Amino acid sequence: MLRFILRRVLWMIPSFIAVSVVAFIIIQLPPGDFVTSYAADLATSGSPADPATLEAMRIRYGLDQPLVIQYFHWIWNALNGDLGVSFEYRTPVADIIWGRLGMTALVAFCTLIFVWIVAFPVGVYSAVRQYSVGDYIVTFLCFLGMATPNFLLALFVMYLSVTYLGYSVGGLFSPDFENAAWSLPRVVDLLKHLWIPVLVLGVAGIAALVRIMRANLLDELGKPYVETARAKGLPELTLILRYPTRVALNPFISTVGWVLPVLVSGDVIVSSVLSLPTAGPILIQALKTQDMYLGGALIMFQCILVLIGTLLSDLLLVWLDPRIRYDR
Amino acid sequence: MAESAGDIVVEVKNLSTWFGSGGDTFKAVDGIDLMLRRGRTLCVVGESGSGKSVTARSILNIVPKPGRIAEGQVLLHGAGPGGAPLDLAALNPHGRQIRAIRGRDISMIFQEPMSSLSPVHTIGQQIVEVIRLHQKVSNAEARERAIAMLEQVRIPRPEQSIDAYPFEFSGGMRQRAMTAMALACEPKLLIADEPTTALDVTTQAEILDLMRGLQQRLGMAMMFITHDMGVVAEIADDVAVMYRGKIVETGPVDEIFHAPQHPYTRRLLDSVLALESRSHLASKIARPNPADVILEVRDLSLSFGGRDAFGGVKAGGVKALDAVSFSLARGETLGIVGESGSGKTTLGRSIMRILAPDAGNIVFSGRDAAPVDLAALPQGAVRPLWRDIRMIFQDPFASLNPRMTVLQVIAEPLRNYGVAAGAELEERVGELLDRVGLPRDAMRRYPHAFSGGQRQRIGIARAIAMRPQLIVADEATSALDVSLRAQVLDLMLELGRELSMSYVFISHDMSVIRYMCDRVAVMHRGRIVEIGETEAVCENPQHPYTRALISAIPKPDPRQRGRLARIRYGAEAVA
Amino acid sequence: MTASSAPADLPAPVDLRAARRASASQWRLMWWQFRRHRLAMISSVVLALISFVAIFCEFLAPFDPNAFTPRYTYAPPQALHFFDRNAEGGLVWSPHVNGYKVTIEPTALRRVFVVDEAQKVPVGFFVASEPYSMWGLFTLETKLFGPLNKGDPLFLLGADRLGRDMLSRIIYGTRISMSIGLIGVMLSLVLGLVLGGISGYYGGWIDNIIQRVIEFILSLPTTPLWLGLAAAMPNNWPPLQIYLCITIILSLIGWTSLARVIRGRFLSLRTEDFVTAAKLDGASERRIIFRHMAPSFVSHIIAEVSLAIPAMILAETALSFLGLGLQPPIVSWGVLLQEAQNIRSITTAPWLFAPGIAVVVAVLSLNFVGDGLRDAADPYRQS
Repeated sequence: MLRFILRRVLWMIPSFIAVSVVAFIIIQLPPGDFVTSYAADLATSGSPADPATLEAMRIRYGLDQPLVIQYFHWIWNALNGDLGVSFEYRTPVADIIWGRLGMTALVAFCTLIFVWIVAFPVGVYSAVRQYSVGDYIVTFLCFLGMATPNFLLALFVMYLSVTYLGYSVGGLFSPDFENAAWSLPRVVDLLKHLWIPVLVLGVAGIAALVRIMRANLLDELGKPYVETARAKGLPELTLILRYPTRVALNPFISTVGWVLPVLVSGDVIVSSVLSLPTAGPILIQALKTQDMYLGGALIMFQCILVLIGTLLSDLLLVWLDPRIRYDR
Repeated sequence: MAESAGDIVVEVKNLSTWFGSGGDTFKAVDGIDLMLRRGRTLCVVGESGSGKSVTARSILNIVPKPGRIAEGQVLLHGAGPGGAPLDLAALNPHGRQIRAIRGRDISMIFQEPMSSLSPVHTIGQQIVEVIRLHQKVSNAEARERAIAMLEQVRIPRPEQSIDAYPFEFSGGMRQRAMTAMALACEPKLLIADEPTTALDVTTQAEILDLMRGLQQRLGMAMMFITHDMGVVAEIADDVAVMYRGKIVETGPVDEIFHAPQHPYTRRLLDSVLALESRSHLASKIARPNPADVILEVRDLSLSFGGRDAFGGVKAGGVKALDAVSFSLARGETLGIVGESGSGKTTLGRSIMRILAPDAGNIVFSGRDAAPVDLAALPQGAVRPLWRDIRMIFQDPFASLNPRMTVLQVIAEPLRNYGVAAGAELEERVGELLDRVGLPRDAMRRYPHAFSGGQRQRIGIARAIAMRPQLIVADEATSALDVSLRAQVLDLMLELGRELSMSYVFISHDMSVIRYMCDRVAVMHRGRIVEIGETEAVCENPQHPYTRALISAIPKPDPRQRGRLARIRYGAEAVA
Repeated sequence: MTASSAPADLPAPVDLRAARRASASQWRLMWWQFRRHRLAMISSVVLALISFVAIFCEFLAPFDPNAFTPRYTYAPPQALHFFDRNAEGGLVWSPHVNGYKVTIEPTALRRVFVVDEAQKVPVGFFVASEPYSMWGLFTLETKLFGPLNKGDPLFLLGADRLGRDMLSRIIYGTRISMSIGLIGVMLSLVLGLVLGGISGYYGGWIDNIIQRVIEFILSLPTTPLWLGLAAAMPNNWPPLQIYLCITIILSLIGWTSLARVIRGRFLSLRTEDFVTAAKLDGASERRIIFRHMAPSFVSHIIAEVSLAIPAMILAETALSFLGLGLQPPIVSWGVLLQEAQNIRSITTAPWLFAPGIAVVVAVLSLNFVGDGLRDAADPYRQS
């Protein structure tokens, strides 16, 4: 088991490197570089910079070097906490992103828990009562949930709240707490707002997971060990929860691997609709204005967030599934 | 044994279990009566689909959907109020009353040792659960009891084994653990549904010995379900023969075997006994000349490497073939017998060069052709030889492409080797179908329209289409019911004589080998431990493993029970 | 024993149904299986309709999607009436909609449209219209339906911020959104077939590398990557180039799951006995792949593809919605939903949600059809 964990953790290193390369490529993709944008900015403000200064800047930032050197330069700085400067905000990228990423992680984590808490029992119900009216309703709602883009759902929730409640439900904080220091009332206020994005983000994940749980459990329900347990005289509910559900739980846990990317993806769009203080809105803003150091850093850290989440779920699985625990 | 009403544990009266409803009703069990007595073993015997397993499940009232007990009674004596019989069939299948009986008064062992235990719970957890479910004991006491049970079923080091997971056990050990679990509450009736079918024959012998011993010690009633008449002869006191949902005959084991009344019972016994001797066809074939060798295998070795999930690191390989040597005379049938994992299938596939051996020679001497060493040929150069060396597969379902018609399947080699085309092709396929005893119009149908035995005939037709000289048959009859086996084997023998073919006949079943083969090679852990004339090897085995193997084969004659001392060989004694 | 020439286990064909089944090919068996999935059957009809709309959108849409009439900003939907009362009070065939009446809302001092029952705008089928180009091939001057008098307002699904007809825009959007899904999936399929095929065929270290790459891509959040790549497109590109580029970006990330399925199928099929048998029958490598393996494989691929299209459509919708995908004047469902982005416009004009409904219906039907196809993909499975 230790070997498995060790290898799984070591596997993170090439993943991180690959992520950073992807992020760097995205930074480099748009034509021109940081200095070009700077020059264009100066030009629009009416005082064009002279080419010599621009050239000096290029050399200072190492932009005249080959891409590979530039990558190492960038990644070295990144490891030292310097992620470049946001052109848009005129502040170091590192100052902007941490709080935002923290919120993204919080929203994603809460949604994940919510998705599990709802999807698990519903999936079990749907499988155990296969082809009942309840199963059909659940199945249809799942298909509907998977077919509805989450931003549409977010818009719809907004629309309902404005039309029927008379106010908008965006954000994660009330105006009073927006910039306040962390305190108990602020946490309470956060929880009051959090449920809407969690709900909106969770729907698609719940729909998909219910289907998976249902399919897994239906597979397991037909296995001989269920019959063994029944022949022991176990009550039906205990039996289903203790045996097939327990076995079906393992693949369910490992779905974190793809649910988490979907949640972080969804957060980008939903948070810009609901104007949440997560990484999403500034990412979109950065990409629209081609503020690439900010955009690239955000993409990189969102990916890293997901990679860490998947790692944790894999380790959880090792702990839960004796077959993996003993095999390696 | 004096029989009295007090001995009766469970009485089944006019039980019917149906699947589906309306016009599609399938009567899996159709009005049967059974009597299960204390200290006696009732064997329910029948071929697949005869309703034996559904009967077992009906007694416990755990018939899977969409089945239901349509009528009849399952009376558990002494369980009702005031010691009266209690009708289990009338109870709510999810109710408290029947649940209290399951696992305590009546318990059950299932066929699949691999999947009948939960993979994510330890053996101990699963045994302790059943004890605590039915008896008011503490966790520690239950654990003590579980360890004692594991000791009773002779699982080594029970104190450690109790915390093992099922996947750490071999098949035989799992079946022992299942038995321990079933007997944990000392039931009055133990139902065993084909408990040894998935096991190797030496392991089967161990488990049968164990179950008989336990039954004698605990004095419970046992209902033992099997399709194997040999097992019946080994373990039964009474026998009930099932056919298409009905019990056609019932009686003491000796009567059933020596004075069968019902024609189905007689037919069943005939087909089993037919396999007890050599085929009448075998004697008609001229003795092959041992000097005229068609296939010579020398020092053939093959290892399988392991690979792990994260990269190409090779772990220690498994030696599937370890310096295997034998020769096969023209016109001869050589049997390769061995248990699972002995390397017999690997040997067959290596001869065909589906697998590439690591070392050794496979020299094939075709009629009017120079000898060729198949092992030395590159993959591409083997293809022409596949005209002369053909294969018959074990699984008649997996080896025929479901998306091709029978015509396309059988015509494939003829077409690929450019032997025939167009109308001639169809004519050739028609002849082949005639030859294997299938109607000509079968060629327009798809494999899914045929039964297992018919599919195997299609497979044989495909194999003989090229008039080959050598056929490698890998467990060609294992997937078939016993009544069909002799038919298919006779067909193969007849064809062998007609087309003067040689066979390498791979099987785990000694009786099939004895029926069919001139000589036999016994394989164990990748080696041939013994090779010789079939009669000689069966009657007078030399190698200790062969002796253990032969002694483990159940004889379909209850009078011979206990005549042969069981011989154990090495590690098999434990597993 | 003479049984070998007359097998005892040959059942006579029981009835016509069994006989028909016996000689039914894979596709026929699949069709019989698919037909039993009622939702999939209904969805197939819906999909056929959607495809029809996508193909003939120029003819079906009453107006040009970009023709704006500032007079009718945020005009609400009108109901289409087919019959009218004549002077005697009897019903006569006379398709029409009601016109608008403008009032000023006293509190907000906004112009508000109210459907005016008194005004009637006659509507006709196969009406003359401005000349337009059909499929860019030839010019037509007839639309399926439209106002009989040019210039009359006809907004069955309302109008947007610039007074453009939502219905016409959704009809045009169908073509772009559906085609981007289809083309994107085809590109993914090519990538998946090539890489998944190589992976499954060669195995070994090539397989290992491709599998690691797939696992890696699957573990990344897709939207930020899509956005990052899409953001790199210069703003001044022509619409067609943007369209192609977006399709490529979508398929670049979407191929992984298809490749996985293909590899898995390929690997499991290679070890099937009937494939080994074909090899021993002397079939060439090509014949084994195309004649023996492909038929059991194609049905699964079709099912997976039909399940991958909705993901593409949703992705395009999301990208365009955020303003980083397709750009006006191209009309896709996502582009249309951009109009619904701020809360003010959707509260005044909830009909801006209509393209969203189109997305949901299309994706839902594709999912149901895919589900049905997957159930039917292996008619030989024993259950």
